[in-house]
Amino acid sequence: MSKLSLTQAINAGLRRAMEEDPKVVLMGEDIGTLGGVFRVTDGLMKDFGSHRVIDTPLAESAIIGTAVGLAYRGFRPVCEIQFDGFIYPGFDQIVSQVAKLHARTHGKVRMPLTIRVPFGGGIGSPEHHSESPEAYFVHTSGLRVISPSNPQDAYTMLRQAIASDDPVLYFEPKRRYHTKGEVDLDAALSAAPLMGAARVVAPGTDVTLVSYGPLVRTALDAATAATADGVSVEVIDLRSLSPVDYAPIMESVRRTGRLVIAHEAGKTLGLGAEIAATITERCFNYLESAPVRITGFDIPYPPSKLEKHHLPDLDRMLDGVDRALGRTNSQTGMED
Amino acid sequence: MTQTRHEPTGQAAMKMHQLITADGTRVGDELLDPFVQDVDENTLTSLYRDMVVIRRIDVEATALQRQGQVALWPPMLGQEASQVGSVRAVEKDDFIFPTYRENGVAYIRGAKLPGIMGTWRGNMNTGWDPYEVNMATPQIIIGAQTLHATGYAMGIAMEGKEAMAIAYLGDGATSQGDVHESMVFAASFQAPVVFFCQNNHWAISEPVGLQSAVPIAGRAPGYGIPGLQVDGNDVLAVLAATRWAARRARSGGGPSFIEAVTYRMGPHTTADDPTRYRGVTELEEWAAKDPLDRLRTYLLNAGMLDAAGEAAIAADADAVAAELRDACINIPDPEPMSAFADIYVDAHPVLDREREQYRRYLASFAGQPGAGHQVQGSAS
Ligand SMILES: Cc1ncc(C[n+]2csc(CCOP(=O)(O)OP(=O)(O)O)c2C)c(N)n1
Repeated sequence: MSKLSLTQAINAGLRRAMEEDPKVVLMGEDIGTLGGVFRVTDGLMKDFGSHRVIDTPLAESAIIGTAVGLAYRGFRPVCEIQFDGFIYPGFDQIVSQVAKLHARTHGKVRMPLTIRVPFGGGIGSPEHHSESPEAYFVHTSGLRVISPSNPQDAYTMLRQAIASDDPVLYFEPKRRYHTKGEVDLDAALSAAPLMGAARVVAPGTDVTLVSYGPLVRTALDAATAATADGVSVEVIDLRSLSPVDYAPIMESVRRTGRLVIAHEAGKTLGLGAEIAATITERCFNYLESAPVRITGFDIPYPPSKLEKHHLPDLDRMLDGVDRALGRTNSQTGMED
Repeated sequence: MTQTRHEPTGQAAMKMHQLITADGTRVGDELLDPFVQDVDENTLTSLYRDMVVIRRIDVEATALQRQGQVALWPPMLGQEASQVGSVRAVEKDDFIFPTYRENGVAYIRGAKLPGIMGTWRGNMNTGWDPYEVNMATPQIIIGAQTLHATGYAMGIAMEGKEAMAIAYLGDGATSQGDVHESMVFAASFQAPVVFFCQNNHWAISEPVGLQSAVPIAGRAPGYGIPGLQVDGNDVLAVLAATRWAARRARSGGGPSFIEAVTYRMGPHTTADDPTRYRGVTELEEWAAKDPLDRLRTYLLNAGMLDAAGEAAIAADADAVAAELRDACINIPDPEPMSAFADIYVDAHPVLDREREQYRRYLASFAGQPGAGHQVQGSAS
């Protein structure tokens, strides 16, 4: 076991994948000499050479588009998009090519790409550096979308993503990049939980609180704070956003009868909407109250001095828990 | 994979137009000379003054970042001549489409200091009314503004007006599809647009040779756009070159592409560490070509500047810096509900409800000092 930060864990995951498979190549802006703007690829070009850690020209559509060609040729490219807000120039390649080529070629062509995207807010950045675009990709069939919340998952899930023959969007919670944790670098991949599996990270009996990526830490803090009010919150880390692993959520909601979902992305048609609808369809008879969504607002990501309002924090999660419990909350009296 | 190239190598070097050499000597240039015949002593010293002031702004803003007063700052150190020379060729009715680094351009264009700093402090997205200064919002998405400038210029042409749009871009930006598409459109519609590329040699850690195998200005002719390479550390030459392009635009000559060859002396932004990717000798080479030094030498030798004049300019610059510091640290934090402002022009019931929910939520803390929970170890 080693104590690693989330960035170090991703770096270790990339390194291991490159050692194990010479077809794994990294591509992106500034990932070589600089080691990436977040230093996630630090030292890899030195050790693997510039033919495997490729500093590309500044063009996202080309990064993804050329990775498609490499994948046709049997490579397993791992693309880095520098920041969430810069994925859009590559959007067409991702949704029209990467996601669909397997189906378009009747299963003949595989697209084992991994696209790494640092995402989310809370780091005081200017425009386009704090977005949560995951729903666009969750909505696109043919893609898998995952987001680790801690160093161990970051390491294991990345290796699973690279090993997967499906294209995977790997959303890195950038405000947790410096979070440290124990990582078992040598545990067999086959023994690890699947990258598609959700996990209960704190048991509870009154309310089920589902989250992923950067907000899992916040959800755990909220659960701790709720204890002081005599409320027992079960926290579930989704880990996989597409597909969502519904079994543990349903199992939990059948016990608690109450569901709260938290994410940084805007509420409208966000992942929370999908989970609320699905759980309502499948667990309606168990629900004691309507599922509650705690999300970013439906606004463009605001200037950083306002982001503390936009991002769900511990108090907003507790307010949501109060709503699910039918207690007085900030929206009491706003029923229609 | 190909080796990373530092300089474009695929084509013989282009002629780089210059009017004042690195050691401060005025030289002739057939193409550019006619465009600066009216430049007198006053104009020259004011160009110098502008460069001194924006360098001072840059130093102060960088210091403010180090002191935690602004979140991030993209230094323009070394690029003063490119910024000043180009913007001084832009008329009031022309429209500027900048990147994030044109803070010197914004200042000279008339944007106010609290607005310029507010963006980097995190208080606002744009700190000026684009229509008041005829300058678009800073653009972080690399290359996007070149399409906006081209479209704006197409509008000018459709109205039969005599004006132009100027798009600023970096050398890295020339790899983006948007930039290529904007050149296709500009040429197809003979749009009065100037592509002003500051080749500062680095796109964060990537050398210009990775973006382009040929001199950047050499690409433009392939689109049917004349490309001109100019010494970007020579403010007079940049002024002349931009006037050349502006005249083409205003007189129905269509688009032009200028590559101002300059150098980013500082980090990409205050979050960057250039020692990881570039050597000191390169920096020293470029320091010898400093844009301020050469004009200063020229002015001193020509007797257009003396110690008193220099001191006066330095005092002006210090005053701007003091004003900037003051403006920056006194920008009030935005009011929470302003997050919901200006998202739509017309009413939007879903957002209206969200706004009301959040207003109630905030009100639920009323009267509680230091409202909200604090949990150790939470960074949320
Ligand atoms: C579409 C997009 N991709 C990536 C980035 C991240 N990024 C910000 S600045 C930059 C380098 C830009 O280099 P260049 O165009 O040469 O301009 P310079 O910063 O040198 O002035 C990069 C990669 C971005 N802002 N937008």
